[in-house]
Amino acid sequence: MSLAELDGVDRRLINRLQEGLPLVARPYAAVAEALGVTEGDLLYRLERLRESGMLSRFGPMYHAERLGGGLTLAALAVPEPDFERVVEAVNAFPEVAHNYRREHALNMWFVLATETPARIGEVIAAIEAATGLPVFNMPKEEEFHVRLHLPV
Amino acid sequence: MSVSICRSSQGSVRDALSPDERGLDERDRAIVLATQAGLPLVPDPWGAVGRELGLTGEEVLARMRAMEARGVIRRIAAVPNHYRLGYVANGMTVWDVDDAEVERLGREVAAIEGVSHCYRRPRHLPHWPYNLFAMLHGRSREEVESQAEALRARLGEACRDHRILYSSRILKKTGLRLARRAPQA
Repeated sequence: MSLAELDGVDRRLINRLQEGLPLVARPYAAVAEALGVTEGDLLYRLERLRESGMLSRFGPMYHAERLGGGLTLAALAVPEPDFERVVEAVNAFPEVAHNYRREHALNMWFVLATETPARIGEVIAAIEAATGLPVFNMPKEEEFHVRLHLPV
Repeated sequence: MSVSICRSSQGSVRDALSPDERGLDERDRAIVLATQAGLPLVPDPWGAVGRELGLTGEEVLARMRAMEARGVIRRIAAVPNHYRLGYVANGMTVWDVDDAEVERLGREVAAIEGVSHCYRRPRHLPHWPYNLFAMLHGRSREEVESQAEALRARLGEACRDHRILYSSRILKKTGLRLARRAPQA
């Protein structure tokens, strides 16, 4: 499934469901009614969008810190010849939730999510030991906004 | 991810939690575990989750409402795949903003259309002078650059320098996951 195959209903559905599903008894029926489609059609389309990977997931977005966990953003300046070795070493840690290559001297950026806030420091020390590189730890000091919305 | 919660055997961990976190009990935790990979796509998703856990659909819905009210659930939503939806330019913009102004300006920048995440983070001088982060998403780099220009204008004199760090490769994307069982140790 590609972007060009999305019809108007798919697009309205994607836009509407990025905003959120209401916490009511028949939530999909409520959204379907607002979009002017049947509940069955909405569920079919949503499943197809999820299965095809247009949507990465559909469900509750939990707040890691409020679940009692630790969360941070960290970066490494990886020498180019070592890049693949370091990707492997860093990704091997189950606490690494996301990892992106970015265009900068700090060329590897990853999110650590741990069982407890105290565990963050231990994982960072272990990553430094495994890679031989200093980790730049950049925990959020203040959150101004979190709301991904990509209209299609 | 492996996060454990409500570990009554670990007093020090529990004591460090805020009242919101202490409000999560084992049933809430079971609901988190059952739904973190996704919500069932059936007419009565709360009932479907409840059947798996031995709870009524009404209780699942009531508990999820309570978790949303406490901010444990940000919302229940579709997470788009940026690239598949045509957002091929994803830029982490980073700004070196006067410490005295960053609080106020962070709020203003976060409200600008197109900013998905916005945080204040620590500098690492001399390598990293940037203390304000804002994620931007566009169908082209030109689009991201024009959004960044709007941020630059808003930050004005308080901003000394900025960069746009585009992601050029996803190295890992598993998302956040609670452990199935809380560790005993």
